[in-house]
Amino acid sequence: MRYAILQKGESRSFPTGDPFLAGASEHAGVTIHLGSALIADDSKAAVLIELGSECLGVHAGEKAGEEGCNVLGFARYRNGCDAPSQLIELVRQPNSRPQAIEAARAVFEAAGFTVVVCADQAGRIIDRLVRPKYNAALRFLDEGLATAKDMDTTCRLGLGYPDGPIERVERGGLVYHHDVTKALFDVYGTPGYAPARRAVVAKQRDDRGLQR
Amino acid sequence: MTSAIETVAVCGAGGTMGAGIAIVAARAGWRTICHDLSMESLGNAARQTQAFFAKSVERGKMSAADKDAVLARLSRTTSLDDLVKADLVIEAVFEDLAVKRQLFSALNIICPAHTIFASNTSTLSITEIAGGSGREDRVVGLHFCLPAQLMRLIEVSSGLNTSQETLERAWDWCSKAGQLPVRTQDKPGFVLNALLIPFLNDAIRAVEAGVASAADIDTAMKVGLGYKMGPLELIDLVGLDTMARLCEAFYPVTLDPRASAPPLLRRMVAAGWLGRKTGRGFFTYDGNAMFGA
Repeated sequence: MRYAILQKGESRSFPTGDPFLAGASEHAGVTIHLGSALIADDSKAAVLIELGSECLGVHAGEKAGEEGCNVLGFARYRNGCDAPSQLIELVRQPNSRPQAIEAARAVFEAAGFTVVVCADQAGRIIDRLVRPKYNAALRFLDEGLATAKDMDTTCRLGLGYPDGPIERVERGGLVYHHDVTKALFDVYGTPGYAPARRAVVAKQRDDRGLQR
Repeated sequence: MTSAIETVAVCGAGGTMGAGIAIVAARAGWRTICHDLSMESLGNAARQTQAFFAKSVERGKMSAADKDAVLARLSRTTSLDDLVKADLVIEAVFEDLAVKRQLFSALNIICPAHTIFASNTSTLSITEIAGGSGREDRVVGLHFCLPAQLMRLIEVSSGLNTSQETLERAWDWCSKAGQLPVRTQDKPGFVLNALLIPFLNDAIRAVEAGVASAADIDTAMKVGLGYKMGPLELIDLVGLDTMARLCEAFYPVTLDPRASAPPLLRRMVAAGWLGRKTGRGFFTYDGNAMFGA
């Protein structure tokens, strides 16, 4: 499946030089928007728009649970300033066309990505599930439950994770973590998403132009 | 009071976790007494243990002679009186405070004064378990990870009355057993479950909320984060009934809404979908062999 790219600015999913950008064609059945405003085109098999922390509905609109057409959202999962992963979270609406989902899946899988499909919920799959855990780990650090090193070791050895919650959230950036959890908290309003104190401090220092 | 640990006893050794802990102890060279309430469960665990070591030999991880030596160090009993020579008792019985306290209270009469009582509790307080045991200073938390025979980590925690000597002896035993101890406070769930249980519940709630399929949620975690196992696959391994019991133990002491059992988990348990052990949970399975080699 051929794809065209309409880009404005740097993409988080496909940074400059990413091979996926070079694989685009001018005339294709799938259009991918990277930072550019959505242009609806019902003649396309799928129109994809790269998402940040916002929902697809912000771009495609919503209609009492009946929304959905050939427009889909997506994001290549990336932990803050870490390199992007090979995972594409493909976002659908209730009535998204199955053919559009299959076309999008075909484009990304042909490029070597793994595709998962999720509903148009804040945080999609990964951030929805892991950000509260990082908040909890940051809180435990403040409470002295264990050292950062022991918490990370516990998760690596006890659960087989490649890294621990503190090292991952620090590596991705506490300011980034703050911004993501703030966006999730605005939608869900539950305490687990409220940015942890250390993330708030990092954000406030960043706002003041201070380094960590 | 200090005495070398020569014999280890594991209470609840007919269960998955207890059997794994017994493997760790016997494999590291200790005489290991496996205790449980029924010989049937101990027999099942023994068969799984033999299969586990047979697989280890098959994969070249140990010699047949070593396997025979390890198996010879394991004994089985349903009588607590047989634990009279244990220097270290590790309990991995039902996650219920009264049950654990009753066990330690009974063992306090049977075991020598130097014997350390260790609890593998994942959610209960070591201080509370030790209370009324008659040897509060010799009770320590040793929380193994599932599957214990493969995971090196042990969370070591002291109760308020645990002596420094007990902590050091327990820590030393973990190291000699080839495990990696980490120190945590005596707080609900220590580190591992305090992070894990709410996270696993969030994954269940994501399925329930229609965010994505169980398969896609697990794939996202494995590909996006490099996890070896997805959260829902892990719940199936642990057992959905065990997961529900963990929530029941964890939520009342934390009052963290994320730790409460999601309605979908309760429905699946009621339906008998308990995970790997019943062949159906968030995924479907064939067979019920012990994990790993």
